[in-house]
Amino acid sequence: MADVKKHNTPMVDELKGGSWPSFVDDIEQKGLKGKQECLDLLGQLELSYEHKETHWKHGGIVGVFGYGGGVIGRYSDVPEKFPSIAHFHTIRLNQPSSKFYNSDFLRKMCDMWDHRGSGMTNLHGSTGDIVLLGTKTDELEPIFYDCTHQLGADLGGSGSNLRTPSCCVGKARCEYSCLDTQDICNDLTQTYQDELHRPAFPYKFKFKVSGCPNDCVAAIARSDCAIIGTWKDDIRIDQAAVQAYIGGELKPNAGAHSDRDWGPFDIQKEVIDLCPTNCMWMEGKELKIDNRECTRCMHCINVMPAALRPGVETGATILVGAKAPILEGAQLATLAIPFIRMESPYDELKDFVEKVWDWWMEEGKNRERFGELIQRQSIQEFLRRTGLKPIPQMVKEPRSNPYVFWSADEVEGGWERDVKAFRARHAA
Amino acid sequence: MANRITDIGPPHYEQFFPPVIKKNYGKWKSHEIVQPGVIKYTSETGDVCYAVRVGSARLITTDLIREIAEIADKYCEGYCRWTTRNNVEFHVTDEATLRALLDDLKGRKFPGGSYKFPVGGTGASVTNIVHTQGWVHCHTPAIDASGVVKAVMDDLFDYFGSHKLPAQVRIALACCLNMCGAVHCSDIAILGIHRKPPLVEDERITGVCEIPLAVAACPLGAIKPATVEVGGEQKKTVRVNQDRCMFCGNCYTMCPAMPLADGEGDGIAILVGGKISNRVSAPKFSKLVIPYIPNEPPRWPTAVKTVRRILETYAANADKYERLGEWAERIGWERFFEKCDIPFTEKSIDDYRLAYTTYHTTTQFKWSVHTDNL
Repeated sequence: MADVKKHNTPMVDELKGGSWPSFVDDIEQKGLKGKQECLDLLGQLELSYEHKETHWKHGGIVGVFGYGGGVIGRYSDVPEKFPSIAHFHTIRLNQPSSKFYNSDFLRKMCDMWDHRGSGMTNLHGSTGDIVLLGTKTDELEPIFYDCTHQLGADLGGSGSNLRTPSCCVGKARCEYSCLDTQDICNDLTQTYQDELHRPAFPYKFKFKVSGCPNDCVAAIARSDCAIIGTWKDDIRIDQAAVQAYIGGELKPNAGAHSDRDWGPFDIQKEVIDLCPTNCMWMEGKELKIDNRECTRCMHCINVMPAALRPGVETGATILVGAKAPILEGAQLATLAIPFIRMESPYDELKDFVEKVWDWWMEEGKNRERFGELIQRQSIQEFLRRTGLKPIPQMVKEPRSNPYVFWSADEVEGGWERDVKAFRARHAA
Repeated sequence: MANRITDIGPPHYEQFFPPVIKKNYGKWKSHEIVQPGVIKYTSETGDVCYAVRVGSARLITTDLIREIAEIADKYCEGYCRWTTRNNVEFHVTDEATLRALLDDLKGRKFPGGSYKFPVGGTGASVTNIVHTQGWVHCHTPAIDASGVVKAVMDDLFDYFGSHKLPAQVRIALACCLNMCGAVHCSDIAILGIHRKPPLVEDERITGVCEIPLAVAACPLGAIKPATVEVGGEQKKTVRVNQDRCMFCGNCYTMCPAMPLADGEGDGIAILVGGKISNRVSAPKFSKLVIPYIPNEPPRWPTAVKTVRRILETYAANADKYERLGEWAERIGWERFFEKCDIPFTEKSIDDYRLAYTTYHTTTQFKWSVHTDNL
């Protein structure tokens, strides 16, 4: 223990103060207990704070046998100064749906990681994986063995493959959830293990599952295939509870605004007038909803969760093609299937997904996300490839230009014409 | 390789459910936030479950995870959960245990004085900042991530543990345009940007890159194959049309011999008004309002001050339930810039693909500081 070397890190040490949990303090404490990697990492971070540039090298192909993803190689560009982090590879471990754990699993994982890695983690990475930060090439196979045998956990995705699917808390703890998000997420993960571990796609592909349109897992913004719970029938209303909100016995929005005086709850102003389709009104003491006009935005339900609940005929809306800006600019997901029933084993969804993959694997360019393929080849081609019918729910508005790509077989008489016959009718 | 097993997938989630969660799966009826950071769920069975949400740095050590496991054992029958925004949640079923847990969490601090487990992040609050790796572990970042987040969250700490805002404010940070942090739909986005074109290592490029891939990587076609003389030898390499480079860094991702990081060139852009939820208005992208703030480690004071100013201007002006982007759209973007005291520059006018869809094609605008001297 005595030989651990703490570097001089005045700037980084500054981040030990303040109220928010200090990653620096956490890492330094771990370092002082004997993990030189932790102290070297803070030393290298200090160097980055001086230079205002990263000191990690680009890339490095490492992995475990038979897998094309799940491990990301990382090397320091100043290994002579910080030898214990010369190699500092990342392991992505596939998290359980919704990220519940027990202490036994967490302790086993920590013991394994202290033994074979740096003791540093991300819980969790942006995509959802348990991210174990910092190990050496020689440890990769033993780590994989320990994870699969002791933790019952497999690697997640990286590279041009299916990325680790993720989901919201769903029915485990949320009354809004219209889907069994955990089961869907787990089922897709297990069904597509090969696609997750062996890159065969043009680029990454992400599934995210949210139980309702509040979309707590941000499916609509960042997944190639967003599965978002919805309902077809009527919002369930408990009129007594509506009155309890009006009377002030229940707090609006479940108490989310408790530290500021917004005045007494006003159902007209706070619910009815904010409804984006104006489909609600009061009739005497009864709240009425024209459900056919409802777009299921969740606002009224969020404001009065004890009074209003989603309907019982539930399923998912499927949207496709979201991504962050690299390369062709950011895209939100586009509505593909307004309603699909989601019962195990989700064959209808999988049939759709596999058609999407067939098209993308055939036509997609290197590093082209699925949403970019739709942009390049058109929604119409997407519909043809997946067998979906065009419906007005797919667009915000119809096109405003008339430049339709008619095909020969759509036009009477086809495209073959006789120019001589044309000229017989029209002098040049 | 003996006994090696593969493709087993993740551990099954159900084994990690606390008993009250398992018993009431799909039976939850309603919820109430009894205090910031504590949500009480009520089931059709009559059971209740309190979820206590605490902030965490995303980058945590195994020792901190063991401490979380110890807390879970002491109060929560050994179970806990992480959220999408890197909070940790503890579940209890009675008020006495809840009070004991909250007291315990409050008393746990790091030696430097910061809370290990601050309670908050529910309702109309600033929740934990989703972020990327930054200088701590990434090879392409323009900024640090954990350090900037720590500085911003220290400054906004009070907004994490309270319900003072008009609606929730989601702040996210991505340390480069790859946006592993998906900041493109956040109320306030802190984004690392490069501002200098890539360097080209002529003597190394053919050894570490496939030149056609580097050429194809550029979304604006600014990279062309070239042959140059290095040490009397003809070498295949590339040249960058610097006027066309928009510093996205995709070439570096494909080709390590084209680095673009630069201590003076790199910094922070601030985008605002994005959201993901379908609530009231449709999901929307964050919009670029500040194109560049220099890197200022260790506490990034300009970025911190800017984020606070935007947040507090929004908080003082928006209606109840109104998200930051909804407020900006209601009052108009010219008014947003005026109220937040942000100089409007040409950099906030789009000139990339589909730029035209963002231009004003109406005489319906508002007078603001920008037109007062006309």
